[in-house]
This record gives sequence, structure tokens and C-alpha cells, in this order.
Amino acid sequence: MAGKIYSKPIVFTLAVTVAVLAGSIVMMAYPMMRPEMHPKLENLRPFTALQLAGRDVYQREGCVNCHTQTVRPLRTEVMRYGEYSKAGEFAYDRPFLWGSKRTGPDLAREGGKRPDAWHLAHYANPQVVVPRSNMPAYGWMKANKLDPASVKAHMDALGLPYTAQQIAELATRTEMDALIAYTQQLGHAVEKKKMAGGFDLAAVNPFGSSPQAIAAGAVLYAQSCAVCHGDEGHGGIGPSFIAKKFLEQPGYGTDGEYFAIIAGGSDVKKAIGRPGLADGGMEPFGAQIPPDGIWRIVSFIRAQQLHEGSEQPGVEKREHETGGKH
Amino acid sequence: MNEEYRYDYKTVEGYILSAIVWAVVGLVVGLLISVQLFAPALNFAPWASFGRMRTVHTNILGFGLGIGAVFGLCFYIVMRLTRRPLLFPKLARLQLWLFNVGILLALVTLAMGYTQSLEYAEMEWPLDIAIVILWVMFAVNVIGTILVRREEQMYISLWYIIATVVAIAVLYIVNNLAIPAGPLKSYHLFAGVNSANVEWWYGHNVVGFLFTTPILAMFYYFFPKSTGLPIYSHRLSIVAFWSLVFGYLWTGAHHLVYSPLPDWIQTLGIVFTLFLIAPSWGSVVNGYATIGEDWGRMKTDYLAKFFILGITFYGLQTVQGPTQGLRVVSQLIHFTDWVPGHVHMGTMGWVALTVTASIYYVIPKMYGTEIFSVKLANLHFWLVLVGQLIYSATGWITGIQQGAMWKALTPEGTLKYTFMETLVKNYPYWHVRSLAGAIFIVGMVVFVLNVLLTIQKGRALEAGKSAAPAAA
Repeated sequence: MAGKIYSKPIVFTLAVTVAVLAGSIVMMAYPMMRPEMHPKLENLRPFTALQLAGRDVYQREGCVNCHTQTVRPLRTEVMRYGEYSKAGEFAYDRPFLWGSKRTGPDLAREGGKRPDAWHLAHYANPQVVVPRSNMPAYGWMKANKLDPASVKAHMDALGLPYTAQQIAELATRTEMDALIAYTQQLGHAVEKKKMAGGFDLAAVNPFGSSPQAIAAGAVLYAQSCAVCHGDEGHGGIGPSFIAKKFLEQPGYGTDGEYFAIIAGGSDVKKAIGRPGLADGGMEPFGAQIPPDGIWRIVSFIRAQQLHEGSEQPGVEKREHETGGKH
Repeated sequence: MNEEYRYDYKTVEGYILSAIVWAVVGLVVGLLISVQLFAPALNFAPWASFGRMRTVHTNILGFGLGIGAVFGLCFYIVMRLTRRPLLFPKLARLQLWLFNVGILLALVTLAMGYTQSLEYAEMEWPLDIAIVILWVMFAVNVIGTILVRREEQMYISLWYIIATVVAIAVLYIVNNLAIPAGPLKSYHLFAGVNSANVEWWYGHNVVGFLFTTPILAMFYYFFPKSTGLPIYSHRLSIVAFWSLVFGYLWTGAHHLVYSPLPDWIQTLGIVFTLFLIAPSWGSVVNGYATIGEDWGRMKTDYLAKFFILGITFYGLQTVQGPTQGLRVVSQLIHFTDWVPGHVHMGTMGWVALTVTASIYYVIPKMYGTEIFSVKLANLHFWLVLVGQLIYSATGWITGIQQGAMWKALTPEGTLKYTFMETLVKNYPYWHVRSLAGAIFIVGMVVFVLNVLLTIQKGRALEAGKSAAPAAA
């Protein structure tokens, strides 16, 4: 009886259709009707016109082929990137851009972690900022002006709110501006874990000015800090910590404070009332560098400050600029 | 060529030649992006950057080689199993031209950056419409020809072809529903978690119904045909077919393990993924038991080893896949190079071996001749086998290494490695992987030459035949 189906193509095709639809309905169509598939966090803001233009660029360049945008609820992943991703963060994401391959790092918590200037330098030439990175360079985006009319059409298609002025302003912005704006809003709906507190600001560096610690600290500094603060601490994307205006401030930077800022990033800096927090800020390194390493970096910073402080103001600067010995 | 089938056979040949051209394009792009992974300077222009070329690679091989071969070989199988030419020969020929124009436009638009950013559904909406039209043309011809068949019973391969026709239509249409925002720009109709769930319901099953069911149709037809051994168990193939077609559509969520997707969907997806081992191995066991009557065929019959190794990789793939779906395994290898390693065992192993063997069978058969060179076919076999094994193995090693480094902690409980430290460890393996890809490509070039020379031989034979009566 059942064997007859193999000589009845129409009945057979219908039977196959039913078999195919069963799983599709339970796993794909039915969940759509459940509110758990349409959550929206209270803090979630729709994309602005500039951010959407940046997201379009992100899509166009296939960034999703190498970067994920979802932090899994795994201990080491939360330590590396930040709070794990919530369903309610993605209500405006059409399509979702979670990705399936992490050739580069996850970006779900990238927003606000670093200053705009860092992203500009990095997108334009990734290897200058992150040596040995395999990311393509996107400097050419700086020359591409946005097209307000098409961005407006995209905002309309998605039903996102905007003002005429916001659209008009796009004419002066580039694809690079847009991409950075998009990057900086990633993960905005989830409150960052405050790193302040839990640090002993009066703690004393156990390594002091030991030459071994300074040498080890120099290596760590070159790996993680030099990108923003300059090879010798003169500053760049981030502030200088050896400039006179800091060194001459009484009591600036106890060892414990330096430790706290390196481990906890900008949040700590803000909490202890230190100035100089530009757009974005400093990422916390506490999860990447063990405490001993951070203390060695502090030893190195101290050595640099002593070295700079002992020289004639202005003289070392010129030497530095002309590439003289140092 | 048999006169009754002559026109349709030329169409089939057209699909095979098209698939071969797209295969070469897709493979060369694959080699380029594999080198870009360790030589970023090779991202020499926006259109040639990794982000765009990776999409070109998967689409040209999936849709150009994959669908091209599926169209051609399924038309051939349908004609043999219904004992008649296609119901609409001109439609199949028109479909061939449209198909090639479509793939060319896909290549150009994807390189220009027009993408929906949905894996394996990147093509923008005008191309989606073209694909749906192509698929309807294919369905009309396949189902139409089956309806007017000259053979009462539908053989196993026809079941798998019908399942392919139905499932791809459902999957492709639903996942490509989008809000148009410009001539080549659209946004997924579904948002956030929902977008993810629809995409992976599609993404997993488009692989299933493009790289599994039609390839099984080829296996069940060409393997017994080329060896002369009847399929071991008809009953087993019935059980395997229905459980595969039913079970497949439940499994997509295993791509979203540990994502914000509701847990019950992830878990149900994992459960059905494990279930899927049974029907997959149903076909593997059927293949082994078929050759089991005479394993000596592996030595004497050059195509037997293609099919048996092909089904072996299918078997390994369908055990490895469900293992990866388990939460404890997923947390280690997800997002790493393990996954491309897995995918390429399926595509370079199972799909490439089965499709190329089927083409080796079909081309001489249509001309009533023999393959140009069995020696070249054997060389091709060993090159693609070695290339694929090295490719997949380096992917797995790199994946486990990087996954473990991501999770490594110092005694103080902080992360042991920065992200860059885990990335640079991949470089040596990525070099080896490019080498593996190059070996594979050389093997495929040998295949292409062998096919082209066989066609040349067939055409010369044909010309001789038509010249002979004229001279007489």
C-alpha cells in the first residue's frame, strides 16, 4: 500500500512537502510568533543616519566574514570582550550580523572601548596599530563621501527616525566617519561592567624600580600600550604620561592609581577623577595582563618619568623629533 | 549521440561545461583568499579584499559549480530514470543561458559589495528573483518529465531530486524575504534573533538540500550504474530518505549554540542533529554493502573509489557535524578554523568526488565512447584527496589550538593570551592550507582537461559517424 507512493509523483511530492514543512514550522515559523523572539532592551537606541550608513559599509565590505558580534556566555569570553550578548540588543539589526567565524576579534562590545582616533588609525592601516594583524586596510574610505539621498532611502526602508538636518549633514561626512560611528555604538544597550572599585589605590609596587622588572615592563608596554601612548610615553592617540603638565602636578599618579587605570581602563580613570578622557577612552587590560605584568608596566612607566624629568625641558623633545638617540 | 536525446544531452553538456568554468573561477578565488589570510597586502583593491572575495568564493562554488552540476546531472538522471527526453527541452536550454548570466551577475555584484550579509544568501534581491525563476523552470521540467515518464516506479534518485526541488524552493524564498531599499540594496525582513534563526534554518538546510540530497541522487544512480552492482537495500534507502527529509529542517539552530537564541530552540536543534546521523549513515551503509559484494572493484573500476571515498567523507562529515553541535564541543571550536575544515571535507571530499565521478560517467556515455584517460582520472583522484585531507586537517588543528588559547587562563585567573597571540599561531597552518588548496586545484585542472579531451574525442567520433553515411 505505502509502496504505491513511489509510482505516484504528485502524492509523493506532497508527502515530501509535508515532511519538509514540519521542522520548518516548529523551528522557524512558530518561534516568530513568540515574544521571546522580539525582545528590545530599554536602553537600545535605533541607528542614527550616520550609524546606519556605517552599518551599510560594514555589510558591503563583508566585515561579518571575519568578525563576530556576539559574546557567548562563557567565562573567558566575558573576560576578553565584556558582558555576554543579550537577545534584546538586536531589535534594529536587519539582518543580524553575529557572524560565524572569528578570524578577527569579536566586536559586540567594541563601542566606546577605544577612542575614535584609534579606529581611524586602525582602519586606515591595521598593521601600524596592531603589528602582524592580517586585516585589510580601508584607508580609501576616507575619500568616499556619503550620499545623503541613499542613506535617507535606507532609513525610510527601515522606518528609522531622523531629521532633515541629520541627513543634510551626511554630505560632509565620509564612509570612514560612518564606519567609526557604527563601531562606537556597538553594544551600547548593555551597561558596561564598572571596573572601578576593588582596587587599592594606595598599593605599593612590589617590584619598585628593579631593572629586571623595568625591562620586562618595557616589553609588555611595547605590546599593549605603545600603540596609543607612544613608544616612550609621549602620547599619541592617548595622553602622554611623561609631559611636564602631569609630572609637575603634586601627587599625580600613585603606583596604585596607575595599576588601577591599566587594569580597569577609562572607567577607573573617571572614578578617581582624572582628566583627559576624550571620545571613547582606554580599554581595561586587567583580563589580558596578569597583575605581576601590570606592576612591571608601572615600573617601566616610573622609569620613563624619572628619565624624562631629569632632562632639560625642550631638549629631549627636539632630539626625539629628529630621531636622535634616546 | 542517440538522436532522441541529442538536444537534451547537449543541454546537459552545457551545464557540465558551465559548472566546470565556475569551478575554476571559484577555486582560484578560494586560493586568493586563503593567501590573503596571512598576506594582507594581497587585498590590493576594494573589490579584491577578503571580505568581498570570501563571499564570491562561496557563492560561485555553491551556486555556479554546485547548482550548475545539479541542474545538468539531475536532468540526465531524470531522463534515464523516466526513459524519455525532457518534457520541455527548450526551457532547459533557456534555463542554461539564464543560469550563466545569473552567476556572472552574482560574481560582479558581490565583488562590488552588494550583499545581504546572510551566509549563502548574499545575493541581492534582483538576483534572488532570478534564482527563483530559474528554480521554477527547473521544477517544471523535472516534475513535468516525471509525470509523463515511461517507467512506472520512481527510483531512489528521483525521490532525492524531488526533495531538492521542494526544499530549496521553501528555504530560498523565505530567507530572502527582504525590505527593498534601492536597486541593489535590501534589509532582511526579520530582525535580530529572529533574523539569525531564519538565516540558519536556511543556511544549514541549503547546504543539506544542495550538497546532500542531489549528491545522494547522483550517488544512488551513478554508483550502481558505473559498477554494475545493484543497491544493497531498497528498504534501507526508503527509511534513510524519509528520516533525512523529515529530520533535516529541525537542525539549523546548532549554528547558534551559546548565542542569544532561546535555549529550547538550540537544544531541539542539537537533538535533531544527533538524530540525523542515522539516515546519513543509512546511505553510507547502503553504499558500503553494495560494494561489499565485491571490494575488488575498488582496484579494477576507477570510478568505484571516487564514489566510495565520497560516501566515506559524507559519513565522516555527518558524524563530525553533529559532534560539533554539542554544546561542550561547540564552545571550543565554534568561530575557529575548525569550521572551514569541516565544511571543506564535505565540499572537497564528498561533493567534489561524487560530482566529478558522475561527470566522468555521463560525458563518455552521452557520446557512446570511453573516458579519455583513466590514468589522468586516477591522478586527479589522488591530488584532490591529498589536497582535501591536508586542508581539513590543518583547519581542525588550528581550530582546536585557537579555541584552547582563547580559553587559556594564567594561575592568577587572567586570560593567558591576547587575541593577537592566538591569531599569529595560525599563520604557519594557513601557509600549509594554501598549499593544500593549490594541490586540490591542480587535481581539478587535471579533471577539467580529462573532461574536455573526452568531449573532443566524442565530437570527433560523432563527426566521423555523420560523415560516413554521406560518403557512402
